Amino acid sequence: MSTSASQTNAPTTPPISLTSRRGWRHRARDGAFRGAVTGSVIVGLVVLVALILQSLIEGWPRLNLDLLTSFPSSFPERAGIQSAIFGTLWMVGIVLVTAIPIGVGAAIYMEEFADTEAWYNRLIDVIIQNLAAVPSIVYGILGLAFLSRGLLDLGPVVLTAGLTLSFLVLPVVIIASREAIRAVPSSILDGALALGATRWQGVSRQVLPASIPGIATGSILAVSRAIGEAAPLLLLGALQFITFNPTGLGSSFTALPIQIFNWISRPQEGFHIAAAAAIIVLLCITLLMNAVAIWLRNRFQQTW
Amino acid sequence: MAVATTRRPASRPLEGLEAGSRRYREKVIVGGLFLCAALSIVLTLGIVIALVVPSVEFFRSISPVEFFTGTEWAPLFKNSKFGVLPLLSGTIVITLIAAVICLPLGLLAAIYLSEYASRRTRSFVKPILEILAGIPTVVYGFFALTFITPLLRENWLFGTPPQVFNALSAGLVMGIMILPTVASISEDAMFAVPQSLRAGAAALGATKYEISTRVVVPAGLSGIIAAFVLGISRAIGETMIVLIAAGGTPNLTFNPAEAMQTMTAFIGAAGLGDQATGSIGYKTIFAVGITLFVMTLVMNIISIRLVRKYREVYD
Repeated sequence: MSTSASQTNAPTTPPISLTSRRGWRHRARDGAFRGAVTGSVIVGLVVLVALILQSLIEGWPRLNLDLLTSFPSSFPERAGIQSAIFGTLWMVGIVLVTAIPIGVGAAIYMEEFADTEAWYNRLIDVIIQNLAAVPSIVYGILGLAFLSRGLLDLGPVVLTAGLTLSFLVLPVVIIASREAIRAVPSSILDGALALGATRWQGVSRQVLPASIPGIATGSILAVSRAIGEAAPLLLLGALQFITFNPTGLGSSFTALPIQIFNWISRPQEGFHIAAAAAIIVLLCITLLMNAVAIWLRNRFQQTW
Repeated sequence: MAVATTRRPASRPLEGLEAGSRRYREKVIVGGLFLCAALSIVLTLGIVIALVVPSVEFFRSISPVEFFTGTEWAPLFKNSKFGVLPLLSGTIVITLIAAVICLPLGLLAAIYLSEYASRRTRSFVKPILEILAGIPTVVYGFFALTFITPLLRENWLFGTPPQVFNALSAGLVMGIMILPTVASISEDAMFAVPQSLRAGAAALGATKYEISTRVVVPAGLSGIIAAFVLGISRAIGETMIVLIAAGGTPNLTFNPAEAMQTMTAFIGAAGLGDQATGSIGYKTIFAVGITLFVMTLVMNIISIRLVRKYREVYD
C-alpha cells in the first residue's frame, strides 16, 4: 500500500522527501504496533484489578472475623467458612504428603537415573506432559470411577477428594521439579562422582539441595492450584451442607471453592455477598502463595 | 542399610563389601523413584479405564449415531434424549469466543514481553500475568456473572440484550484466564529464536515492528501454534466459569447472547444431582467425558509435538 502511494507521488516529489515519507509511515506503524503489544498486557492488568476490586466492593460488608469463624447456614448473614477452611487445609495436607514427594521422586528419576533412550522412559515423558493438560473435570471422573463411587465406593470424603486433587497436581509437581533439577549444571554431579560418591549420593546431597528453591516454587504453585480447584470435587459429590470441621480422612467435608460455588448459585443477594467475601479470603491465600513462589524463584535463581 | 547388610550373599568377595552394599541400597532407591515415575502410567491407564468401561456400556444401550447426530440433550428426563450436539455447539461457541480474546492478546503480550519490554518492566509484568493464571476458576466465574454480564446487558448495542446466563460473558472471561498460558508458551518459543536473527534483520534496516512480525514470529511459529492449540484445549476443558456464568440449559444455537451448556458444565452439573451408580444418567457422565477427553488429548498431542519441534531446531 505504501509503495503504490509513493510511486504515484514520485514524479512530483524529490527523492529525499520520498524516504522521509516512508520513514514517517514506518514510525507510525511501529508506534501503533508498540501500542497494541503494550495494550494487550494492560488489558490483562485491568481485568486483574477489576476482578479484585469487584470482589472487594461486593464482599466488603461480610469481610470480618465472623465470616471466618461461622459455619455455613441457611441465613446468608450468618453463613461462614470455618468448615470450608478446615476442609481445604485437609486437602492441602493430603497433597503435601502424596503428590509432592511422589512428584519430586519421579522428577529425580526422569532427570538423573532414567535411560532417555529406553521406550518406557520416553513413554513416561510423553504421558506426564499429556497428564498436565488433561482437563481438571476428567480427574474428577477418575476419582468418581475409582474412589468416590465405583471401585472403592468411599463416598465424597476428605480422602477421596484429597487424592483426586493429588492426581491433578502430580504432573505439575513433576514438570516443575524436573526443570529445577535440570537447571543444576551436570558438573556438580560429575564433581561428586569424581570424589567417589555413588550416583544417589551425588544426586541427594549435591543436586537436590541445589534445586530446592525451584522445587519449592513448583510445589507451592501446585498446592495453590489444588486449593482453588472446584470442578473435580463437584463431580465427586462434595457439594454438601457441612456445618462441622472434618474429623479425619473418612469425614465429609466442604472446601473453599465448593462453598463459594454453592453461594454463587443461590438466588439470594446475601449469599452473593458472602461468596464475594469468601473469594477475597481464597484470593488472599492463593495470591499470597503465588507471590511467595515467584519471590522464591527470583531470590534464589542461580546462574551457574 | 541394615537390611542390605544381612541379605548380602556370603559368596561375595570381601573387598567389594562396601561398594556392593551401597549399590544394593541404591538399586532399591532407584527402583522406588522409578515407581514414582511409573505412577503416571497407572494414572493414565486409570483415566482410560474409568472413561472407556462405562462408555462402552452406555453405547450398548444408546447408539453412537443417536449420540453424535442427535440435536436434543435431555438425558435425565423421563422421555430422555441423548444427542450430544447441543453440548458440542455450546463448547464450540464458548471456545471460539475465548480464542478470539486469548490468541491475539496472548501473542501480542508475548511479543511485548520478549521484544519490547525492558528487563525491569518484564521482571514485574510477567509475575502479574502469572498471577492472572493462578486465580481460581470459581473466582473468574463469579467475575463473569456479577461484573461482565451486567456490563454487557447495560451496554448492549445489537437488539435484545444477553440473558442473565450467556455464553458471551463466560467466553470473554475464559479468554482472559487463558491469556497468560498462551503468552507464556509463545514467549518461550520467541525466546528460543537466536539473537543473531534479530541482529541480522536490524542490520538490514528493519524496524522493531518488522523484526517482531517478520523474523521472530515466523521463526517461533511452531511454538506459537503449540501455545494456541494448548490454549484452545484449555478452553474446551474449563468447567467452573461455564457452569457459573453460561447457565445450565443445553441449547443448539450459535447466538452467544443466549444461555448454553458445554460438555464440561454438563459433567459438573451431573455431579450435583444424585445419579444412582450404574444408571443410564450416571453413564452419560462418562460418555460425555470420553468425548471431551479425546478432543483435548488430540490437541495436547499436537501441541506437545510442535513444542518438541522448535526445541529441536534451536536448542
